[in-house]
Amino acid sequence: MAKLDLDPALVARARELARRAGQPVVDLARSHTTVSVERAVLRLAGVTGADPDGIPWVNRLVDAVVDEVGLEHGVALPVFDALAREGLTAADLTLLAQKAAAGSVRFAVPTGKEATAARKLSTRATGAGLRMIDKRRAERDRLVKRFGDPAQRPWIYLIVATGDIYEDIPQAQAAARAGADVIAVIRSTGQSLLDYVPEGPTREGFAGTYATQENFRLMRAALDESSRELRRYVRLTNYASGLCMPEMATLAGLERLDMMLNDSMYGILFRDINPIRTFVDQRFSRQVHARAGIIINTGEDNYLTTADAVDEAHTVTVSQLLNEFFAHEAGLADWQLGLGHAFEINPDVPESFRLELAHALLARELFPDAPLKWMPPTKHMTGDVFRGNLLDGFFNLAGTMTGQGILLVGMMTEAVVTPWLSDRDIALQNVRYVLGAAGGLHEDFVPAPGGFIQQRANQVLASAVTLLEKIEGDTLLKAIADGTFGIMKRPPDRGKGLSGVAAHADDYFNPATSLLESAA
Amino acid sequence: MSDIVRPYGDTTGDGMVQLSFTLPLAHDKRAEGAALQLAAKMGMDPAMLVHSKQMGDGFTFFVVYGRVNHLVDVSKVEVVERDYPLLSAKEVNTAVKRGLRRKLSVVGACIGTDAHTVGIDAILNVKGIAGEKGLEYYRELKVTNLGAQVTVPELVAAAQRERADAVLVSQVVTQRDAHLHNTREMSAAFREALPADRRPLLVVGGPRFDETMAGELGVDRIFGRGTTPGEVASYLVHALVAA
Repeated sequence: MAKLDLDPALVARARELARRAGQPVVDLARSHTTVSVERAVLRLAGVTGADPDGIPWVNRLVDAVVDEVGLEHGVALPVFDALAREGLTAADLTLLAQKAAAGSVRFAVPTGKEATAARKLSTRATGAGLRMIDKRRAERDRLVKRFGDPAQRPWIYLIVATGDIYEDIPQAQAAARAGADVIAVIRSTGQSLLDYVPEGPTREGFAGTYATQENFRLMRAALDESSRELRRYVRLTNYASGLCMPEMATLAGLERLDMMLNDSMYGILFRDINPIRTFVDQRFSRQVHARAGIIINTGEDNYLTTADAVDEAHTVTVSQLLNEFFAHEAGLADWQLGLGHAFEINPDVPESFRLELAHALLARELFPDAPLKWMPPTKHMTGDVFRGNLLDGFFNLAGTMTGQGILLVGMMTEAVVTPWLSDRDIALQNVRYVLGAAGGLHEDFVPAPGGFIQQRANQVLASAVTLLEKIEGDTLLKAIADGTFGIMKRPPDRGKGLSGVAAHADDYFNPATSLLESAA
Repeated sequence: MSDIVRPYGDTTGDGMVQLSFTLPLAHDKRAEGAALQLAAKMGMDPAMLVHSKQMGDGFTFFVVYGRVNHLVDVSKVEVVERDYPLLSAKEVNTAVKRGLRRKLSVVGACIGTDAHTVGIDAILNVKGIAGEKGLEYYRELKVTNLGAQVTVPELVAAAQRERADAVLVSQVVTQRDAHLHNTREMSAAFREALPADRRPLLVVGGPRFDETMAGELGVDRIFGRGTTPGEVASYLVHALVAA
């Protein structure tokens, strides 16, 4: 390693600034809850299914509790107290939700003996959910041991999304056979803004397939079949983002998904989701991912699709450092940090490939033990599929030269059509050629001391430190409110999902968080 | 110069084209014959099968080069012109800056009981749609997205508060023609609340609207399925910014 001659003191300073900028946000997350965190707790405790209109029982139950006693105490105690009073057991939680929706159950915040009993019952029930997640993780470890990891790095990550889970399955299996190591099922447009998780298998979506627990289960089972056939464990990815981040993480853990998109600021900046809602949801979801052994993928590539990839390269580094801090704080290990970055420099810029190498190598050296998610060009894909294929080849080459961990396969028909069967085949052929021809090139690739690449990497790091100083002085929430990231101003008292946020009351109790934090 | 042209490979008039496609057949002699049959039916004669490769089970990818006999009469080409030019984000920003000398204020919402924000979010959110950024991404546009289930009086109040130059309304739900009723109610409310010269530009969009009904519904423009943020932004510049 150490190909860039980075100043270790500057690297340490960048990390320290990220910690100082992030800590107030962690404090905020620790002292607030959201409707989605509470729904995730109930999912862990075993509430399943949805009413005839498709609204999940966890939503109905949380709404009923919030109507009567508010969100600030957490729903665990009121729910388990009501359960005991109704003479029901934890196995009847869904029944309780149905009764609550019909208005036939009253909720109160228990005190004294009743509170102790509810605490014990809810801890036992959510503990069972976490044990199921542990079981899934052990199952993955077993399958990886039996079938093995991909022979090469980077792992080849391919997107499938028809809107119909039963169409997605054969496409995903075909992609795995053609060489994909990781399958991502893109979600239906706008799912991130739904304040509930749809139920059941789904056959219709907008430019993607709804993420539901049943769709997760179906696809994981199909890829287990493929893993057996191919003697290589094929991983499955979905999205823990948007308004239901904690629940998505929980369902992913319960259904043994292997990776989840999970960025600390993406929802705030790109979806106008309330910043506090996002940070609270994100911390819980990352704690669940940590427990479930899931690799998160962060979304830094998005910055470069909206801003200039040369001028704004340092914002990627800043976001990676913040994502790393938040991830470590939530208990994720380095091997679980698929920090994102992208090949988005305008190919007409002189030396664009050397600049890409500098940026990619900087990420590699700053986060030596993180897998790193390398994202293909999208912004400068014009519909000229021939040039696009060449650009993707250079993207693949930069990926292997700089030792990236997860390579999202670029499509020459980006911005033209959703990938055709032949597009995917050509794209995978491109990846196979580059990895086959130059798979070990990262060993030989050492930039000249003091040369263009080293200089550029050091310059980006220095700009990142300057920006982090500004954010730390200003506080992260204010920086987000002022439009420091991208051009969007996102104040903490605005944005979607704000009404589902509450500061903890003194008697706030969340059995899942208690268990997750005591195990860490 | 003649109005008649033919495709150009390396000699004028050679008529050469290239074509790639996939057939749902395993790769064998018969599949290659099938590919040539397709090329022949498309008018390629002679057709050369230069590449064929099986993909997965039962699919084969083909590349065919060949001559077509068709003549193109350039004088008979008809082009439907959009009634406004399609601008890039940069051009939109420059036009607003020059023409308006302030930010152009846009207020968007789903009105009535419609909770489907897919459309309005695709147009307004930075995330956008199909790789194209939404209006929030445009530096010179000030976007206020009120979200779903906004009442008409709330929308009018927000438009006044934000001094909206344009109001964008998305309607997905069409049960009992709700989208038409809601749109008429909205345009009537704006007519009542504001004199004509201070009324914002009213734009509605949704998959079930007929784009020719703008006058009937009392709005300035209707956008149908598949509209992109860039088209909306270009239209706003066309309608609101003096050239």
